[in-house]
Amino acid sequence: MTQEYRVLLEHADKINPESAADYIQVGGYKGLEKARSMNPKDLTEEVKKSGLRGRGGAGFNAGMKWSFVPQYPETKYVVCNFDEGEPGTYKDRIICQKNAQALLEGMAICGHAIGSNNGYIYCRGEYPFVVEMLKKAIGNAKESGALGEFNIEVRMGAGAYVCGEETALIESIEGHRGEPRFKPPFPGVEGLWRMPTVVNNVETFACLPYIMTNGADWFAGIGAKSYPGTKVLTLTGDIENPTYFEVPTDYLLRDVIYELGGGVKGGKKLKAVQVGGTSGAFIPSQNLDTPIDFDSMGAIGAALGSGAVFVMDESRDIVDIINRIAKFFEHESCGQCTPCREGTFRCKEIMERINTGRGSLKDIENLKVLARIMQKASLCGLGQAAPIPITSTLEHFEYEYLRKLV
Amino acid sequence: MDIKLTIDGKEIEVPQGTMLLEACRKAGADIPTFCYDPDLKLAGSCRMCVVQPKGWRNLVASCVTPAQNGMVIETESSDVVEARKVVLELMLARHKLTCHTCEKDGECNLQDYCYRYGVTESRFAGKVHNLFKDDSNPFIERDYDKCVMCTRCVRACEEITGARAINVMDRGHHAHIATAYDGSLEDSPCVFCGQCIMVCPVGALSSKIAAGQGKPAQNDKVMTTCTYCGTGCTFELNVKNDKIVGVTSNRDAEWSPVNKGALCVKGRFGWDFVNSPERLTTPLIKENGEFRPASWDEALDLAADKIKAVKEQYGPDSISMFSSARITNEENYLAQKLMRAAIGSNNVDHCARL
Repeated sequence: MTQEYRVLLEHADKINPESAADYIQVGGYKGLEKARSMNPKDLTEEVKKSGLRGRGGAGFNAGMKWSFVPQYPETKYVVCNFDEGEPGTYKDRIICQKNAQALLEGMAICGHAIGSNNGYIYCRGEYPFVVEMLKKAIGNAKESGALGEFNIEVRMGAGAYVCGEETALIESIEGHRGEPRFKPPFPGVEGLWRMPTVVNNVETFACLPYIMTNGADWFAGIGAKSYPGTKVLTLTGDIENPTYFEVPTDYLLRDVIYELGGGVKGGKKLKAVQVGGTSGAFIPSQNLDTPIDFDSMGAIGAALGSGAVFVMDESRDIVDIINRIAKFFEHESCGQCTPCREGTFRCKEIMERINTGRGSLKDIENLKVLARIMQKASLCGLGQAAPIPITSTLEHFEYEYLRKLV
Repeated sequence: MDIKLTIDGKEIEVPQGTMLLEACRKAGADIPTFCYDPDLKLAGSCRMCVVQPKGWRNLVASCVTPAQNGMVIETESSDVVEARKVVLELMLARHKLTCHTCEKDGECNLQDYCYRYGVTESRFAGKVHNLFKDDSNPFIERDYDKCVMCTRCVRACEEITGARAINVMDRGHHAHIATAYDGSLEDSPCVFCGQCIMVCPVGALSSKIAAGQGKPAQNDKVMTTCTYCGTGCTFELNVKNDKIVGVTSNRDAEWSPVNKGALCVKGRFGWDFVNSPERLTTPLIKENGEFRPASWDEALDLAADKIKAVKEQYGPDSISMFSSARITNEENYLAQKLMRAAIGSNNVDHCARL
């Protein structure tokens, strides 16, 4: 199978994403209608049954997440995580620009399931033009009556990577420093303004109308069994065809690169591919025959994450790339917990030393110790995932480090 | 409802909702902490209190992780010890190591934990930031080159005092404690209560008034009640060679029931008058525009005679008394008694009423 399978992007560029009428013409808002005819509990069960898992990176079962939300208090929130901060990821922007109404419909479906009419979209600060578009789309949907009582407000981030972490995102909406909260309590119980809150990714919400329209079984039958559905991937780096694709989740990573992607740019050999964004593992070419779904990626020590696929050809200097990544995390750490605040900084220092030919074997030992403790003891996913590029390249590309040592 | 869990091989029961830190301490484990403070909101950020729940992938910060039924916890597993050592090394890498001249020497968490885990130096030593804040205020020394970013000062300022003078500024390794726009404390809503000094686990915040006169850890401590007002705050007078050299908080509610260690600028920093040569040591009587020392008997007799004379000539209502908030309720009671019963006037008032 080497073809795309478009569900979310089926009508891309054929409908106006701002227009509810356009969307309704291609079958839109039927899912919400069906959802609203259901009892919220049954609706949540239906979503659970579809096997839909979070598309933001954590891969948590969406229906399960909703089921943690208590019936009371009455004030609850549906929050869409559109921070999309992972470098190389732009699939949420594509989904909004091509099919914004599906996102709005998905949020309203979730709202019915948990008993909330309050929606927020937290949009990446670098996407002011998408904010404008979303506001128009929301206005149009409200006018058309398609959303009913469900309201959606768009909030804008200010460029902090950590605000993609759901509790930091919540803090940011509340007007505080973008710092993750310790968990528990999880947002489902105590989220935005300490009220029960569901935070899902753009792509997760956008899947919901199709699940409702075509049924949970239909969705569960697409792609990988344990992570069904389609996934929008964004290809970047040394690739002939650097663009986005929607594929079923059992699609092979090799086919993403060599079929849809058209192969490594200039016919060069592949050195590594990083999947899931900057905190993703570096995958060597011998592991390319892996399906892209969450669990298959996890089995080779990688992560599907946000669905970014960053391709590096044979000429790339792994240590230099890791050095840049270390700089990125040093810059993006919120500074709250010790392992991440100090660890990302010292990782950067050590990587700079190695990259400029001043590093020693001791530095590599220290890097490994630091990475282990950051993964085990950091407060949030940022600190826990920041060393993954380092550990995965030390595993697969250690010679690149060794040849740069003093 | 109680839950059962095993900590370091010991089975214990705790009420639902108990955090692991408390459960571990109950089981006799000595859990080190920096950011945890029983009187402040939880932060869970220093990661010093991490413990290992059996079967969990990661370590958890015990101060913010609720105990669960059936948990099996190790508090000093090799992973836990390694994590704590690395946390200490990361703190040391940015810490100005001047223990020999530090006011906090001898009661510093960083020092004590490094001793406990045998951390002599940091494998991660590298660049250090110059964060020392040359703050012109007369009370609080702010040496953030010793700061471990536990944010207890920030929380104490907001939650105990309500001043909100300080917060975290910037991000990542550049994060530091600052006033709005990183100015001086005098230009901030700071009221110089020094609660930040009270909660600081290291030597980043200290008293300028007491500096150099004796390390608090080595001074004798005398519990007493503040004389500045009638609130009745208790504190520890720091005494060295029979001289008062400082004030520190005793946060134990049994010793300090009124204030739990919290003080105001006067109580914490206003004690140096005790040894001032300008202090009055005898009553003074003014004659021909000049003060001369007098005995208590002479001074009291003179005052009584004058009051009596005024009362005889103009009546008791011509006399009034202002008493002070610095004296106790009992003393204030006696003061009004003196006015009403002995002098016969209801003209009694008190500065705290205004």
